[in-house]
Amino acid sequence: MAIFLTKDSKVIVQGMTGATGMKHTKLMLADGTNIVGGVNPRKAGTSVDFDGTEVPVFGSVAEAMEKTGANVTVVFVPPAFAKAAVVEAIDAEIPLAVVITEGIAVHDSAAFWAYAGSKGNKTRIIGPNCPGLITPGQSNAGIIPGDITKPGRIGLVSKSGTLTYQMMYELRDIGFSSAVGIGGDPVIGTTHIDALAAFEADPETDLIVMIGEIGGDAEERAADFIKANVTKPVVGYVAGFTAPEGKTMGHAGAIVSGSSGTAQAKKEALEAAGVKVGKTPSETALLAREALSA
Amino acid sequence: MEKGRTRVDLFEYQARDLFAKHGVPVLAGEVIDTPEAARKATERLGGKSVVKAQVKVGGRGKAGGVKLAATPDEAVARATDILGMDIKGHTVHKVMIAETAPEILEEYYVSYLLDRTNRTFLAMASVQGGMDIEEVAEKTPEALAKVPVDSNEGVTIEKAREIVAQAKFPAEVAEKVAEVMVTLWKTFVAEDALLVEVNPLAKVANGDVLALDGKVSLDENADFRQPEHEALEDKAAANPLEAAAKAKGLNYVKLDGEVGIIGNGAGLVMSTLDVVAYAGEKHGNVKPANFLDIGGGASAEVMANGLEIILGDPDVKSVFVNVFGGITACDEVAKGIVQALELLKAKGEDVSKPLVVRLDGNNAELGRKILSDANHPLVQRVDTMDGAADKAAELAAK
Repeated sequence: MAIFLTKDSKVIVQGMTGATGMKHTKLMLADGTNIVGGVNPRKAGTSVDFDGTEVPVFGSVAEAMEKTGANVTVVFVPPAFAKAAVVEAIDAEIPLAVVITEGIAVHDSAAFWAYAGSKGNKTRIIGPNCPGLITPGQSNAGIIPGDITKPGRIGLVSKSGTLTYQMMYELRDIGFSSAVGIGGDPVIGTTHIDALAAFEADPETDLIVMIGEIGGDAEERAADFIKANVTKPVVGYVAGFTAPEGKTMGHAGAIVSGSSGTAQAKKEALEAAGVKVGKTPSETALLAREALSA
Repeated sequence: MEKGRTRVDLFEYQARDLFAKHGVPVLAGEVIDTPEAARKATERLGGKSVVKAQVKVGGRGKAGGVKLAATPDEAVARATDILGMDIKGHTVHKVMIAETAPEILEEYYVSYLLDRTNRTFLAMASVQGGMDIEEVAEKTPEALAKVPVDSNEGVTIEKAREIVAQAKFPAEVAEKVAEVMVTLWKTFVAEDALLVEVNPLAKVANGDVLALDGKVSLDENADFRQPEHEALEDKAAANPLEAAAKAKGLNYVKLDGEVGIIGNGAGLVMSTLDVVAYAGEKHGNVKPANFLDIGGGASAEVMANGLEIILGDPDVKSVFVNVFGGITACDEVAKGIVQALELLKAKGEDVSKPLVVRLDGNNAELGRKILSDANHPLVQRVDTMDGAADKAAELAAK
C-alpha cells in the first residue's frame, strides 16, 4: 500500500523542460513512475520525448490535472520562481506537491505554507529542499535513486537526502515500503510526525526508520508523537553529534528553539519514547535488523 | 550548523541603517574605523556623541565597549580605547559614533523572527527591555508576549495594536510602539530577514520611542532579489579558508581537528564528522578538521576545488572522502578524484597528505576499480564508512 505515493499516482513535473527537470523526469520514468505531463506556460501544447515516451506539456497545473487526472506534482522550478509554482499547485488543489528545489528564501516557503493553510491544506507539501519520496517498485517522485533497493517492509522518513540513500543501501536486502525525504529547511511541509502517522496506518510497513539532524525541535516532537501514537517499532538516527554550535541565532531565536536542537537532546527524547537510536548509520541499520527479527 | 549556512548576522550600524531605511525611528550615527575620524563625526553631531564598539556579541556595554564623549577630543580618546579592544573573543575593528539619546525613561523589547516549530513568523514584545531577553523569557515569561503573524496577512496597524496590547505597553506609548511594529515588519519583509530585533526600544524624555540598539539577520537564499545584501557581509572576519571556499561556491565550515572531510549531502557530511570523531577516540583523539559538502553532482572540478581548500589547511593531516553515489555515479566521482589530484599537482599545489576514499552506491564497483587501477600513492580505498573513518583517523594520528 505504501504511503503518499503508489503505482496509481499520476505525476506531473513543474519545471520539466529545464535541465534538472529533464534529467530527473527521465530517471523517474525509468523507475516506472506514471508521468502524465509537464508544466511550462511558454511551452504549452508541445511535448517532450523521453526515450520513446511522449510527455505532453501543459500551460498550468490546473490544465494538466483536468486533462490527465494528475494527483502529484514534482517541483524543480528554480528558487526565484518556486513560490509562484507552489502557490499555483495549491490553487489547483492537487493532493500532493513534492518540492525538490533547494535554496528557497524562508519568506517564500513561509508564505506558501501559510497559503496552503488558508486554503484548507488540500495540498500536502513535501519539502522544499528535499529528495522527494519513493515507493520502490511502484513510483518515484523526486531524485532518490530508484535502484538502491527493492520493495519491502521498512518505512523511512528523513531530513537528509544522502542519509536516506545511505540507509536504504544499508538495508537494501530487506527493502522499503516507502522512503520519504522531508528536507532540512527551517520551514517544511510534511514533517516526521506526518510520515510516522502514515507509516503507522500502513499495513505494509512493519518497522519505521527515522533520520533526523540538529536544529529545530522536530525530532523531540516526533518523540512525543511516537510515545502516544505509534505501536510499530521505530529505529532512529540523528546526525550532528559533534557539530559545533551553529552561528548564534539572535536571542529572540534562541527563545523559540529553547535548549533543544542538539543531537544529544534529540537522541534522549527519542530513547525516552522507546526508540532505539544508533550512533552511526551502520549501527542504526543493525538496530533495524534486530527490531525486525525480534 | 544550519544547512547551507544561509544566515548573515549584521553589525548594529548596519541594522540601524536598515531600520532608518524603512522608517523605524533611530538616532543619527556613522561608522568609523580610525580614532581620528571620531572627531569629525562627533562635530557633525553637535560636539558630543556615544562611541559604540561594533561586535557581533552581547555584553559589550559591561565590557567597556560603549562610552559617552562630551567633546570631539573625548570621542577620539574613547575611540582610541575601544578600537582594537577584545570583547569576548571579538576584536573591535569599527565603532559607531552615535547621537546621544535624550534622557531614557523606559526600555522595551520588540522583535520578529521565524517560529520553526509552528512554521510561521512570530512577533515578540516586552515592556522589560534593555536586558538579556532570554532572562526575561526564563524568569518572567508572562512579561514576553509572543504573537503569531501570518506571512501573507503581515502586520497592519490593527495587528500591531493587538501585539502591543498583549505585551501591555503603557497607554501613552502604545500607539507609537504600534507604529514601530509596522515599520519593523516592513524591514523584516523588505529585507528578507530571519530576525529583526530592537533592544532597547526606548521611551525618552520628549515622549518619543527610539530604537537604540538592534540586531538583524538576513537570509542569504534571498540574495537573488537583494542585490545590496552582499555588501553587508563581513568578509574580513571570515576564516580565510572559509572565504576561499565561499568564493568557489563550496559549503565549507572550518573546525579545529586534523582529519579533512569531503562528502556529498549535508546530512551525510554531518554524519561523517560524527563517525570520524568516534574513530578518533581510538587514535589520539583526532577530530574532523572541517565540514565540506560538495553536493550531488561531484564533478572533477568541484572535487579539485574541495581538495584544494582542504589540502591548503595546515591543520589537516589526512583526508577522508566519503561519497554515496546517488544520481551521481561513483565512477564519475572516482575519475573526479584522480583528475583532481593531477590538476592540483599541475597547479603546483603541495599534494602530500594521504587520502582515504569510501565509495558506495551507484556504480560503486566501477568507481573502486578506477581508484585501484590509478594506484595513486596517496589514495587508499576503504569500502565502508566506519572502516574508512577509522583509517583516516589512524593516518591523522601518525
